[in-house]
Amino acid sequence: MAIIEAHSIRKSYGSLEVLHDVDLSVQEGEILGLIGPSGSGKSTLLRILDLIEPSDGGALSLFGIDVVAERGRWLDLRRRMGMLFQRPIVFNASVYDNVAMGLRYRGASSDDIDRRVKEALEAVGLSRYIGSRATDLSGGEQQRVALSRVLVTDPEILFLDEPTANLDPGSTATIEAIVARLNREEGTTVLISTHDLSQGQRLAHRVAVMIEGTVAQAGSPREIFHEPRDQKIARFVGVQNIIPGRVVSRKEGLTTVEAGGRQIVSTTPPPAEEVTVVIRGEDISLHRREPGYEEAENLFPATVTSIEPTAPFVNVTVHCGCDLVALVTARRAEALGLAAGMQVWVSLQAKAVHLIPREGPG
Amino acid sequence: MVNGSPIVEGFIEAINLIITLNPQVVEITIRSLYISLTATFFAALIALPAGALIYFYEFRGKHAVVSTLQTLYALPTVIVGLLMFLLLSNIGPFGFLRLLYTPGGMIVTQTVLIIPLLMGLTVSALSGIDRDKRYTITALGASRFQTVTTIIMEARFAVMSGVLLGFGRAIAEVGTVMIVGGNIRGATRVLTTAIALNTSMANYSMSIALGIILLGVALGVNIALSLVQRR
Repeated sequence: MAIIEAHSIRKSYGSLEVLHDVDLSVQEGEILGLIGPSGSGKSTLLRILDLIEPSDGGALSLFGIDVVAERGRWLDLRRRMGMLFQRPIVFNASVYDNVAMGLRYRGASSDDIDRRVKEALEAVGLSRYIGSRATDLSGGEQQRVALSRVLVTDPEILFLDEPTANLDPGSTATIEAIVARLNREEGTTVLISTHDLSQGQRLAHRVAVMIEGTVAQAGSPREIFHEPRDQKIARFVGVQNIIPGRVVSRKEGLTTVEAGGRQIVSTTPPPAEEVTVVIRGEDISLHRREPGYEEAENLFPATVTSIEPTAPFVNVTVHCGCDLVALVTARRAEALGLAAGMQVWVSLQAKAVHLIPREGPG
Repeated sequence: MVNGSPIVEGFIEAINLIITLNPQVVEITIRSLYISLTATFFAALIALPAGALIYFYEFRGKHAVVSTLQTLYALPTVIVGLLMFLLLSNIGPFGFLRLLYTPGGMIVTQTVLIIPLLMGLTVSALSGIDRDKRYTITALGASRFQTVTTIIMEARFAVMSGVLLGFGRAIAEVGTVMIVGGNIRGATRVLTTAIALNTSMANYSMSIALGIILLGVALGVNIALSLVQRR
């Protein structure tokens, strides 16, 4: 059952429209990654879903309750959810008092608070700081205090707004592990916004991409990263090759597209005559000589035009009528002995070639 | 030149007055502290909740109210003194209280003098709590009342700074207490008015002694302020 169901959500601040036509549905027990560029409205959407602020319009139901109609139940509903913010927020009090805040708001008994706060600090590895002033801790430690402050209230839905954007890799890994375990063991529904695409892929069962104030596409990480619905999404999810082309034929389940004089086959049914060919750099393989046995439907010679290291990978641009960027490991690039001007063979599976209808320029 | 200088002699005499706990010096100091501390207490009692109300409630003209408060910080003290004199004198509406030329009248006057300062500083102390903290409090499931108490607790050091500043303004101020108190010896004479009087009578040692004490109080307030602000 959908634990969160949002339709046509709108939000503006003054004349600035931050959200429009947001449709989103989240199933109980799933981890949904909300990805999108900065300023695309991720934080605002999370605040609206957590009932921190109202939307300007649209329908929203949480736990099957129509929250637009039932404003009187917001406090109760809010107490079934929790949210962790991007910037570590701690209050000028001891770590203990910080973690106890949500429980005190809920009127828990002091014995209960004592036991649960100690357990929660144990879980995030901060027991030794229980009596310290929270503002004296490092950023990563403060964020763990903030996380345990949320977790101690046993939220049924956990919202995480870029929770690791300011943290070192160690603290990030700790927080990711806690979130994944919570979802697995307690069945907590998690919404995590991030602009770190790999975090989205690592944690999320499903990903929703926000572009310019609306959810542009939602689906499995595979769909989002390999079959983006339009050019903006493709660009955001880091597709290296976004090439204009024209469909020339369709037979035996394969679409042939011409791009810059080069014919490329794809398994995508033609969405229009004028298309944009979308190919991830890591799906393109380079070879020194024509491979004797290769399952890829696309196989053609090309010339290396430039080599750009982006450790641990190398972006290799080859020309084969059109320009293609292949992402190869540094080790593979070394083994191939790549150099500008060199002749190589490109192999590319038809299912790695995704076609979307061509939009206007840009 | 140095020997026999009235300033140097006055200084030595002043130290002597303080060390020997001269009864007049002690009496004036205690009265000053009593009046200004009491005034600060009552002003805080009124201004802190009022400031919190202004901060937490959205109403028409809120911005104008805050601007007015900030303008009143710089209100000339003699104007407040004159206004309070007129209100408390026999011809005024509160003449029946018989507060003119009494420590009670001075307390009321200093209270009125520092209320705008305390209210304004309370509003800015609460405004210093950033948006993300307020979101966090809401997200943690605080009721409206719990939100208000959490924000006030979080701003407590900034609010305390405001109260200390108010006390500093009250005790260092001369215009209102002169007009409303009348500088009556043994009754309404405080540090500032005693300094003014003794200086005009060329009784420099007494002025210097009281001046040192007043400076000491101001210094004490500043030390307390910096201790609070370091939290």
